[in-house]
Amino acid sequence: MDTHVFKPDQPAPALSVGPLGWLRANLFSGWFNTLLTLLGLYLVWQIVPPLIDWAFIEADWRGETRADCSREGACWVFVGERFGQFMYGFYPQDQRWRVDLAVLLAVVGAAPLFVAAFRHKLRYGLAFLLVYPLLAWWLLHGGFLGLIAVPTSQWGGLMLTLVIAAVGIAGALPLGILLALGRRSDLPAIKVLCVTFIEFWRGVPLITVLFMSSVMLPLFLPEGMNLDKLLRAMLMVILFEAAYIAEVVRGGLQAIPKGQYEAAQAMGLGYWRMMGLVVLPQALKLVIPGIVNTFIALFKDTSLVIIIGLFDFLNSIKRATADPAWLGMSTEGYVFAAVVYWIFCFGISRYSQRLERRLETGHRH
Amino acid sequence: MPVATSPGRRGSLLSDPQARAWIFQVVAVAAVVAFGWFLFHNTQANLQHRGITSGFGFLDNAAGFGITQHLIDYSESDSYGRVFWVGLLNTLLVSVIGIILATVLGFVLGIARLSSNWLIRQLATAYIEVFRNIPPLLQIFFWYFAVIGPLPGPRDSLSLGNLIFLNNRGVQMPAPSASEAYGPFMLALLAALVLVVLLSRWARARRLATGERFPVFWSSLALVVAIPGACVLLFGSPVNWSVPELQRFNIRGGWVVIPELVSIVMALAIYTAAFIGETVRSGIQAVSGGQTEAAASLGLRHGQVLRLVVIPQALRVIVPPLTSQYLNLTKNSSLAAAIGYPDMVSLFAGTVLNQTGQAIETMAITMSVYLAISLSISLLMNAYNARIALVER
Amino acid sequence: MKRLKSMMAVLSAVSLLGAAGAAQAGATLDAVKKKGFVQCGVSDGLPGFSYVDAQGKYLGIDVDVCRAVAAAVFGDADKVKYSPLTAKERFTALQSGEVDVLSRNTTWTSSRDSAMGLNFTGVTYYDGQGFLVNKSLGVSSAKELDGATVCIQAGTTTELNLSDYFRANNHTYTPITYDTSDESAKSLESGRCDVLTSDQSQLYAQRIKLAKPDDYVVLPEVISKEPLGPLVRQGDEEWFDIVRWTLFAMLNAEELGVDSKNVEQMAKAAKNPDVARLLGAEGEYGKDLKLPRDWVVQIVKQVGNYGEVFERNIGSGSELKIERGLNALWNQGGVQYAPPVR
Repeated sequence: MDTHVFKPDQPAPALSVGPLGWLRANLFSGWFNTLLTLLGLYLVWQIVPPLIDWAFIEADWRGETRADCSREGACWVFVGERFGQFMYGFYPQDQRWRVDLAVLLAVVGAAPLFVAAFRHKLRYGLAFLLVYPLLAWWLLHGGFLGLIAVPTSQWGGLMLTLVIAAVGIAGALPLGILLALGRRSDLPAIKVLCVTFIEFWRGVPLITVLFMSSVMLPLFLPEGMNLDKLLRAMLMVILFEAAYIAEVVRGGLQAIPKGQYEAAQAMGLGYWRMMGLVVLPQALKLVIPGIVNTFIALFKDTSLVIIIGLFDFLNSIKRATADPAWLGMSTEGYVFAAVVYWIFCFGISRYSQRLERRLETGHRH
Repeated sequence: MPVATSPGRRGSLLSDPQARAWIFQVVAVAAVVAFGWFLFHNTQANLQHRGITSGFGFLDNAAGFGITQHLIDYSESDSYGRVFWVGLLNTLLVSVIGIILATVLGFVLGIARLSSNWLIRQLATAYIEVFRNIPPLLQIFFWYFAVIGPLPGPRDSLSLGNLIFLNNRGVQMPAPSASEAYGPFMLALLAALVLVVLLSRWARARRLATGERFPVFWSSLALVVAIPGACVLLFGSPVNWSVPELQRFNIRGGWVVIPELVSIVMALAIYTAAFIGETVRSGIQAVSGGQTEAAASLGLRHGQVLRLVVIPQALRVIVPPLTSQYLNLTKNSSLAAAIGYPDMVSLFAGTVLNQTGQAIETMAITMSVYLAISLSISLLMNAYNARIALVER
Repeated sequence: MKRLKSMMAVLSAVSLLGAAGAAQAGATLDAVKKKGFVQCGVSDGLPGFSYVDAQGKYLGIDVDVCRAVAAAVFGDADKVKYSPLTAKERFTALQSGEVDVLSRNTTWTSSRDSAMGLNFTGVTYYDGQGFLVNKSLGVSSAKELDGATVCIQAGTTTELNLSDYFRANNHTYTPITYDTSDESAKSLESGRCDVLTSDQSQLYAQRIKLAKPDDYVVLPEVISKEPLGPLVRQGDEEWFDIVRWTLFAMLNAEELGVDSKNVEQMAKAAKNPDVARLLGAEGEYGKDLKLPRDWVVQIVKQVGNYGEVFERNIGSGSELKIERGLNALWNQGGVQYAPPVR
């Protein structure tokens, strides 16, 4: 009996597998797509080579003065020369190690929180949150324990931006959670207060409240009582962003099924323990992306303190571009600023995506 | 086993949840009221003690300063109250143009993010990741100081056929104004539109009755072009054009779009479009594939699937975050103050505040305006959500 | 209910305390002495008037007024803290008590003196509004500015004068309003506007900040009176007198030939009774002002007399090279005139 022998398989058509196949499927699958691809390629061709040319190939990297900016492209000499001012503002030169040390301590101190294997995250984190601000205040401001005082009016540059952002985040998150709980509360008076607060702060632009804090707040306070300008700005940033955090957290609270509340109550937990042990951990996990987005917004919003004359990162760059010795450097300055802001914001968003994946426990409804 | 103390006997008030709730609320309200009163009292005392004028009487005083851009008639002898309207309209102008541009760009981006074309997808992703991670204020500065600032002056403007000019004073273009033929032209246009409506009704009725299609679109287009066109031939152009001309300092005449407006609109539209793009993408992705397939199996054509099935469902997801982006854009328009565009904040909470010295009144008015805008949009949103929710269940 | 009542009682007590604190009028001098420095509102960057040098130190004629006040009160001109303020912020900052003195090239007008609850203590610089234009426009008089685009700083008297001037001449103009002088200067340079208008002294200061100062010219017309001086809050006469007499002391010192080099010597051996009274060798004029006896000596020694301050910051000793003109002493053809110490 003859066994039937199958012929060997024909190889797939050359145009549907391999690099060619990929190209055809993804770039040239029809006349319209081909047109789009060509258009896209043209766009890339128009943007990318000139950009690289300007930023790297034709750029000046070395020198000290405006006269060293002789080539066609960007003049990074400007950024290099003013780098110290961009980072530290008017912080005294010989004291800048204190800022570096504070940043280093923050990074080293917070590092264990990002190590998955570390067990006592909660306890360690709380201790860190209690100790670090005092340490940072001592290092940055000083005035006691052997460090000379550097008043906040001399703070500036990226350092000031980071300080405002860090304080803003640390203050806005707890306040925002409380506000969200208040908005979901059964107590009508509390609810009304929280709703009013949240809607007010979400309704007005940040620069009007910053402006108010800078010129009007002292009118509201008893005579002789004065708050530091930076402190006032931070307070406003905290209150403003807390309202946004509150709305994000409220979304998480609403997504927790009623059964969870009832189960917690059935176990005899009171309000705060029910919230703290059962509801909030689940709700916060759900809204991590929203919270991180708010943090990114907060980080970007710190640039608005320019309106009240604080020398944050953006303002120090803007001021430097107005220096007659470095005229015509706006593009370089703003591009540098954009890159720095972008690295921070993009970094945070990438980290949040990772965190989200790691915390994903499959309880999606 | 020790006898449990009954809740009624010890610490009677604090262990009764209802009483506790009451106390808690009363204390909270009292604290807020006391705090508010404290602030109010301080302010009152401070104002009185320092002899600062208060009240809203200043709104009727003559302003006495000029404004770069005013959509309503304004001269220096007008009152501060009129300055308020000028500022408000300038704010709304930025918001409206910005919202339109951002929406168009955002929808294109959102669709591009889902394109089957790899290159287009990557380009859209790159755009979104770049622009949403840079502070809007920085983008405004970039446009104003780095893009428009270095443009040539009015005498060396880049021009398009000597009609449209681009320079560091902004964009100048011919401005239409009504001529004698304007009335007849509008009448003709109206007549054409009425005919179009009648025609499409008739076509629909015929289709329902006989199943025959009538080329409604093309015939409507012909009507709209032909009737007013005939009118132009008869009576002449409905508008006169005032063409910009170079004078000693500036290009005069025509419409001028000031560079401050261009910068802020460009920056805000580009920034907000990145967010809208993401919103649109997630909205379209939220419509399950089964819907598309079901629609296709009913025999709907591709365009009809999108128009009748996918988009209505996607909009339900898109619209709420979209409105909040619109609100953000409106609030961000206050950044105009940083480059001297005469918006609400820069004009009213800035110049007027300083000329009159009445910080509390001007700030209160400014904040109330923004609050009113966002609250009314919130209310509309809630109404919309309620309607959608009914459809859903 | 008891708890509730006691809670309410505590709350109302707290708020009453706050209210009491607010109603009590705190004398500025006492507050200044208690905190140990004068908080002074200055401009956010105007060469010659108030600006920050590369070391972060404040310099300028407005800054020197603050330093003189500190010298009079504390005997130490360095006991000053500065708040850089934009034109918009300045009045509220003073009204609200954020600063003790506002010395920020501010024009003395009736409404600012009255309705805003402020008091001008004198005139440090008699100024007038002028125009700065690019030479290439070929303009030689402000009368030729019809149709021009003009850069101004928001919230200033110049904004009002400008519109008055153009209206009076039946000219049209386009105003571009910025918050800071840096931005206006930059816009003039980029060609966003044809003309920059401001007080003439400021124009000279702005001009040296431009990349090519020689391409720009200040037009001859002066279209307004701009007496610039320091301000304090209304309602504290004691502090008002101190700031006012600090300036008068500097003017008197110049008139009497007392300067930072010879002041100590003259204080010891003053023959002229006017000088003796001024420098505290005779009479108790410092005490009347609640200041130390040697207050003028400290001002002149540490800061200088008016003439020295002028020349050092904006006159021949500076880059601005502004003539004394109106700001010369009354007996030298100007209008600077101080009442005598007696």
